[in-house]
Amino acid sequence: MGILEIKNVGKRFGGLQALSEVNLSVAENTVHAIIGPNGAGKSTLLNCLVGKLIPDTGSVTFQGQSLLGRKPHEINQLGVSRVFQTPEIFADLTVMENVMIPCFAHRDGAFKMNAIGSVATQGDIKTQAEAILEDVNMLDKRHMHASSMSRGDKRRLEMAMCLVQEPKLLLLDEPTAGMARADTNNTIDLLKEIKEKRDITMAIIEHDMHVVFSMAERITVLAQGTPLVEDTPDNIKGHPKVREAYLGEAQV
Amino acid sequence: MLGLSAKDTRLFLIVIAMVAFAPFLMNPFPTDSAMAQFNAGYPDLMQRFVIFGIFAIGFNILFGLTGYLSFGHAAFLGVGSYAAMWVFKLLGMNVLPALALSIVLSGLFAVVIGYVSLRRSGIYFSILTLAFAMMSYALAYSVLAADMDGPDQQGMLQKGLTGGETGLQLTLSDPRVLGQSTTAEGNIPVPNLFGIEMRDATELVLGNWAFTFSAGYYIAGVIMLIAFYISIRIFRSPFGLMLQAIKTNQTRLNYTGLNSRPYTLAAFVISGMYAGLAGGLMVAMDPLAGPERMFWTASGEVVLMTILGGVGTLIGPVLGAGAIKYMENILSKINKDTLYEWFSFMPDGLEGLLVTMVYPFVGKGWHLTLGIIFMLVVIFLPGGLVEGGQRIRGLFGRKKKTETDTPDGAKSPAE
Ligand SMILES: Nc1ncnc2c1ncn2[C@@H]1O[C@H](COP(=O)(O)OP(=O)(O)O)[C@@H](O)[C@H]1O
Ligand SMILES: [Mg+2]
Repeated sequence: MGILEIKNVGKRFGGLQALSEVNLSVAENTVHAIIGPNGAGKSTLLNCLVGKLIPDTGSVTFQGQSLLGRKPHEINQLGVSRVFQTPEIFADLTVMENVMIPCFAHRDGAFKMNAIGSVATQGDIKTQAEAILEDVNMLDKRHMHASSMSRGDKRRLEMAMCLVQEPKLLLLDEPTAGMARADTNNTIDLLKEIKEKRDITMAIIEHDMHVVFSMAERITVLAQGTPLVEDTPDNIKGHPKVREAYLGEAQV
Repeated sequence: MLGLSAKDTRLFLIVIAMVAFAPFLMNPFPTDSAMAQFNAGYPDLMQRFVIFGIFAIGFNILFGLTGYLSFGHAAFLGVGSYAAMWVFKLLGMNVLPALALSIVLSGLFAVVIGYVSLRRSGIYFSILTLAFAMMSYALAYSVLAADMDGPDQQGMLQKGLTGGETGLQLTLSDPRVLGQSTTAEGNIPVPNLFGIEMRDATELVLGNWAFTFSAGYYIAGVIMLIAFYISIRIFRSPFGLMLQAIKTNQTRLNYTGLNSRPYTLAAFVISGMYAGLAGGLMVAMDPLAGPERMFWTASGEVVLMTILGGVGTLIGPVLGAGAIKYMENILSKINKDTLYEWFSFMPDGLEGLLVTMVYPFVGKGWHLTLGIIFMLVVIFLPGGLVEGGQRIRGLFGRKKKTETDTPDGAKSPAE
């Protein structure tokens, strides 16, 4: 039994069968990559995991509990965090505030009415937020407005926001898209470091094969809404069906 | 001071000083001068400044922080007014229990209206709140005003809960179990705070200037300061941060494990209670509550106040409320004769022309001026009067480090 079990999931948008019979098991404490051409249904699959979409068929269980029918915040409180394909951050707030909010969510749960205490006096939250900003090399930017940052920085900020909650399962939707090479390498290092430091499972959607092959322990290839093969990186590299469906078009 | 940062303390002290010295600040012109009609330092108007200030401060907690634009907040103003009136009729003329019931009852109303309306966001939320407010207006105007039979010996309930079109008034036969139905002189008693009557006032004459200090104004002023202080605390609290997060990206908030619904509902109820308090204070100053207080134009007015002053800023709503009430009461009083007086130094033809040109913008036409000012502010100063103030300060070279560079990391919404 993996930490995440996806069974027979199907999702239809009008005439388009975006996902059909998706079976996927993500083992605990591994990095599992999901690759596939554009429009293969990768983001749709993640949407079905976090409560954004409800699959038409099938089941999704996380640590033995069904995720279907739960609201996004409930799924997050179970320990599932997601980095989106287009960064979802609090653009009008400062970097520091962006990171403090998940710290509060982690400490206080889904709702806590604290209208009298001041944010400025929350020492533990501040320490925690500064520590994660240090980890992602953004401490010097903590007073900047999130909207004024580069796309790569926004992505790293979003990653920091997810990591600070110490999720058991981290879902990453193309985390290095739009990043310069150096930033990509930093991100790989960061994720590897996080992985070494604590127990965390990662499901990562990625186009950059350099990222995939330097991190993933298992790879699932998705094509037209169905898993084509699932194997170790070494086996995937040489797999003829994969080359045909995917690797052929992305220059490896 | 009081758990506020140095910057907020400074702002709060400035507002305290403004409230305390308003009778002087608002009356800068000698009583016999031509400019005397621009004096706003009379109790009636100053009370309105602070009461609508409270209304707008509360509205800003919802709209400024969460971005949810309610078009029905006047409903809570009305509920607060009717609640306070009933306390005056049944219990006694002390304003404290009246205001307490205003706050509690409007809070309960807000729970119901908010619970339903907050199921939607954006324009649908606005329309739902508008619909609720218009329903409340209809209830107050006719349904709840229907004749009631039964044990209504003194005729107290003859006009129902709300008094319908004419409004709810005090009568000599109201029971007032903790007070008196009729004063020794045979009058209806007046609202008071432990004996201090709201209409008590002292006049100070200094040369050509006259200043009025009214008990009602100062009581309302102190309540506004408390309301303002609470709003600063909310803005700077973890709760306030979550509300701001809802405004900027509700999706991310949900995927961060936070349930936005109880946060928005709490903000809605708090702002409803502020509106109820304002409504209660209105009848404490002038014990008469009519249904027009709940009409949609009243809901629109508080939106204008907040935007004019500066949405999401601390002091903006107070400035906006002051500016609009000032125009409503001062501009509207200027008539043709006054204009002829002003322009009398001009040659006759020019005088007539100027009066014809200016007249549409004053007197009954003051709405036109308000509309133009509002448009100019929205287009050129999207941050409202507060942004205007900041720009003026910027011009005078008092550019410290940028506001966001505060060392505690908390971005401060502008004063
Ligand atoms: N909410 C939606 N409504 C309709 N069609 C959608 C929706 N989301 C995704 N799709 C379609 O489903 C297919 C899979 O999309 P997506 O999961 O985003 O692909 P990937 O992330 O693998 O590039 C695409 O053809 C896309 O247009
Ligand atoms: Mg995608």
